[in-house]
Amino acid sequence: MQQTPNPTRNRQLPQTLPASEPRNPGMELDMDWVRAAQANRSAIERRAASLGTRRSVKKDHQAAWLLKAITCIDLTTLAGDDTEGRVRRLCAKARQPVRPDLLAALGMPGITVGAVCVYHEMVPAAVQALAGSGIPVAAVSTGFPAGLSPFHLRLAEIGESVTAGAQEIDIVISRRHVLTGNWQALYDEMRQMRAACGDAHVKAILATGELGSLRNVARASLVCMMAGADFIKTSTGKEVVNATLPVSLVMIRAIRDYHERTGIRIGYKPAGGISKAKDALVYLSLMKEELGTRWMQPDLFRFGASSLLGDIERQLEHHVTGAYSAAWRHPLA
Amino acid sequence: MTVKDIFQTMDYGTAPESAADALAWLVDQGDRFGHFIGGAFTAPGHGFDSRNPATDEVLATLTQATQGDVDDAVAAARRAQPRWEKLGGHGRARHLYALARLVQKHARLFAVLETLDNGKPIREARDIDIPLVQRHFYFHAGLAQLMDSEMPDRQALGVCGQIIPWNFPLLMLAWKVAPALAAGNTVVLKPAEQTSLTALLFADICRQAGLPRGVVNIVTGDGAVGEMIVTHPGIDKIAFTGSTEVGRRIRQATAGSGKALTLELGGKSPYIVFDDADMDSAIEGLVDAIWFNQGQVCCAGSRLLVQEGVADRFHTRLRARMDKLRIGNPLDKSIDIGAMVSPEQLARVRALVDGCEGGLVHRSNATLPDSGCFYPPTLITGLATASPLMQEEIFGPVLVSTTFRTPSEAVELANNTRYGLAASLWSENVNLALDVAPKLAAGVIWVNGTNMFDAAAPFGGMRESGFGREGGWEGLSAYTRARGKPKALARITPFEGKAGDTGPEGIDRTPKLYVGGKQARPDGGYSRTIHGKSGRALGQVPVAGRKDIRNAVEAARGAAGWSATTGHLRAQILYYIAENLSARAPEFAATLDAMQGGKGGKAEVEASIRRLFTYAAWADKYDGRVKGVPLRGVAMAMPAPLGVIAAICPDDAPLLGLVSLMGPAIAMGNRAVLVASEAFPLAATDFYQILDTSDVPGGVVNILTGSHADLAPTLAAHMDVDAVWCFSSTPLSGQIEAASASNLKRTWVNDATARDWLDTKSEGTEFLEQATEIKTIWVPYGE
Repeated sequence: MQQTPNPTRNRQLPQTLPASEPRNPGMELDMDWVRAAQANRSAIERRAASLGTRRSVKKDHQAAWLLKAITCIDLTTLAGDDTEGRVRRLCAKARQPVRPDLLAALGMPGITVGAVCVYHEMVPAAVQALAGSGIPVAAVSTGFPAGLSPFHLRLAEIGESVTAGAQEIDIVISRRHVLTGNWQALYDEMRQMRAACGDAHVKAILATGELGSLRNVARASLVCMMAGADFIKTSTGKEVVNATLPVSLVMIRAIRDYHERTGIRIGYKPAGGISKAKDALVYLSLMKEELGTRWMQPDLFRFGASSLLGDIERQLEHHVTGAYSAAWRHPLA
Repeated sequence: MTVKDIFQTMDYGTAPESAADALAWLVDQGDRFGHFIGGAFTAPGHGFDSRNPATDEVLATLTQATQGDVDDAVAAARRAQPRWEKLGGHGRARHLYALARLVQKHARLFAVLETLDNGKPIREARDIDIPLVQRHFYFHAGLAQLMDSEMPDRQALGVCGQIIPWNFPLLMLAWKVAPALAAGNTVVLKPAEQTSLTALLFADICRQAGLPRGVVNIVTGDGAVGEMIVTHPGIDKIAFTGSTEVGRRIRQATAGSGKALTLELGGKSPYIVFDDADMDSAIEGLVDAIWFNQGQVCCAGSRLLVQEGVADRFHTRLRARMDKLRIGNPLDKSIDIGAMVSPEQLARVRALVDGCEGGLVHRSNATLPDSGCFYPPTLITGLATASPLMQEEIFGPVLVSTTFRTPSEAVELANNTRYGLAASLWSENVNLALDVAPKLAAGVIWVNGTNMFDAAAPFGGMRESGFGREGGWEGLSAYTRARGKPKALARITPFEGKAGDTGPEGIDRTPKLYVGGKQARPDGGYSRTIHGKSGRALGQVPVAGRKDIRNAVEAARGAAGWSATTGHLRAQILYYIAENLSARAPEFAATLDAMQGGKGGKAEVEASIRRLFTYAAWADKYDGRVKGVPLRGVAMAMPAPLGVIAAICPDDAPLLGLVSLMGPAIAMGNRAVLVASEAFPLAATDFYQILDTSDVPGGVVNILTGSHADLAPTLAAHMDVDAVWCFSSTPLSGQIEAASASNLKRTWVNDATARDWLDTKSEGTEFLEQATEIKTIWVPYGE
């Protein structure tokens, strides 16, 4: 379904939000702060387990929250068999993520996803397909997903993607720097990657499933923010364990800590494994509870997800019609 | 609000749980309730309203029990008890299993009714209270099943009177009813007058489960009904959870009645945060500690102790967290803080906080409903230990805070309280955490966590938080007694002297008191002559008085190092005592025979040596248990020494009786103040020479001689004595139990029943249980 551009409608795109957030300039590596970071796994898991039971969002509120979740989705395809045709279809879905009749019934026309996330080779196709929509293209980069290609090539890859039109770059960190406690190396690497991004926003993928402990997640989060990351992101989606609530709690508490000390707001992106509308609601309430409502906007919060949208569409149709929906009633991404 | 508006504000909105089914159940019962006696509800009588504290709406009318109602309930329980016990462990297990299943099947009905009646958030009733109730009945079905094989020497106490509070109405019912029933007792239970509805629903469930009539009886009403239960002669045990003030009155009222008693009372539990803690998790823990159930939790972490270097940041973050708490309609699924139980409770908390002088008061800026019993989460920082709010239990959502410098200061501040129920500590350093945990004067200690409960883990306090444990084998044991019928103990009076007797031959010997490892003359300066059966004078013993007790208790308190020694060391010393006693066996046997007449002395000395060996053996073998709680971590139930035990020794078996009490006391790491047999004290005064030569550190064992009737009240009232045991033939049990209410120390008295000290039943686990208290230390782990 091709969308008719309508310049007068009230768009809900991230870039139309008041640009009040200064970008993270980064800071010197503060090892005292990094080493003091603690993460008690049992306590964190208890808090994570009660998040979904402490808050319940129902009816119109649920519909609004699910629509908000859609605007925070980085609609993603990161497969070896991606083609330009496949990416164009994804981009069309990004422009019109929910059937217009449902959006009309909800009084919310013009909803789009937060961004489209692809490999470098797919950036031009995505940029072209999204032209005029205001939806940014995010490129995974720096030897994604393992991040073990030559460092100068990883930096060069960032530049190539930016040149190709990517406005957001999802870099992967060198897990070995975390696992060996070489925080300075992690900091330096992140610093250079941030510089290579120029005006493009940089999301640092920590690959938390490979960092060994929540304490390491907390410390790596702090180091990446100190080195200038605009977002910190859990996973590539390719690790055995991807986004979880306990990991999210650790990362957003690090974000809160960074904001408390620097006044700078860093964004958060859980990626991989979030496929249910209910999960999206829990993540949104996690952001609200631990960071505040300001962090529930797409400039500070994204879901890295491919199948989440389908479930949200079904829930929205249920909300509008009162009857449970079916997947085939909604256009494929 | 339109979807579009909400999209901008991203508010939660409301998510109310429906009260329809619970209200319909009340209507089905006619909105009026009688008592549940003998398996049926009585006709509703004169009574009072039960209100929803969030809305002040009347939910139902309840009946105030009369003496006649309580008599009927006790009679029904008495009739039902023998058959219930004879059902056997498996038979009772089937019934408890049915109760567990039925509570589970009606879980939401129970949860909603609890929230309506009590004001607690539906999330807590639904996710915490009711699941723990189910777990309790399941667990105790298992204990009933295993009781016949695992506790063959124990039997039920009989009829138990149980009085429970309003903060966890159904959960406290389960904690009381499940173990009582598992052990073969029947119960008369009184729920709190503010929150009786789930107990009445439970009565309905008992009917559905086919529980035999009279096994569970529920009477409703206020404290007057509680008093009828407490003083009822047809009741064998009182189990009470509630305030320290009422607990003290119950201790006094039951004194000398022979009723078993367990008390779970108030607390002012410390919540210690070390500078290496995961600060955000410790803050979140406080939400579960003091803002759980509106802070109306006996074990609430209500006294925050933060290490000075991180205190400012901690308090700042804590205030931010408090402001995120949502307070309002308890039936709303997104509410953290519901209504306090009653307007009276609300007014009490308000008055306490408003009367606070000094300190910085921060109230959560969360919006409060316009009406109903709501009080905002409150933090008071900068209080000193001298502030009343640092000492008094508030029982509301009010946290008080102070700082400390070092781990030892943290322990000192934490233990600077009359209470001893629970404690939490937060540190990422395993050495620090495991060092500090056992040093805290509390029955339950949570490391990097708080308010964790499970049916398998014993829960209960020390000091003025009460005594007795609930949960686990330990909790079951509190609903049992040794099998057999006790015999009456005859009064043993000293032999009179014969006129004209000149006293013992040879050089004069002057037995003294033994205090702090030294022989001491009695403060009063009086001695009493001891005569043999023939009337011959055998010697003179000091008459100890109040001051001597003061000195002996001070010496015992000072010998705190003994409690920190290893079981291996204590075993060696106990063996050494036995060795030295053995070396002087004939002399002791002769003294015993001379005092008591007859020829039993030799056997008594032999039995004493054997008993010392028994406790030397136990010293390093009375192990704690790791409990099977549903948690990645361990819950360790560790037997810890009580501290200072004062024991009034039997008049019969003057040496063996003393050894039988001293042995378990010091083997478990206690220090003892022993009052020797009043009639036959000379074996005890010789015995301190044995102690002197056996490397027993000064103050660990102190021996007094004198009148039991004169010394018992002072010992029982002494605030620095942790337990009093009495096996005197002078009938002192009632007096001791009454006086013990001063600091709610544990008591173990003979109730004028006899014991065969030569029998091996007079040694072992029953004694070791009395010499220890269980500290349950929860250590969740995971990196």
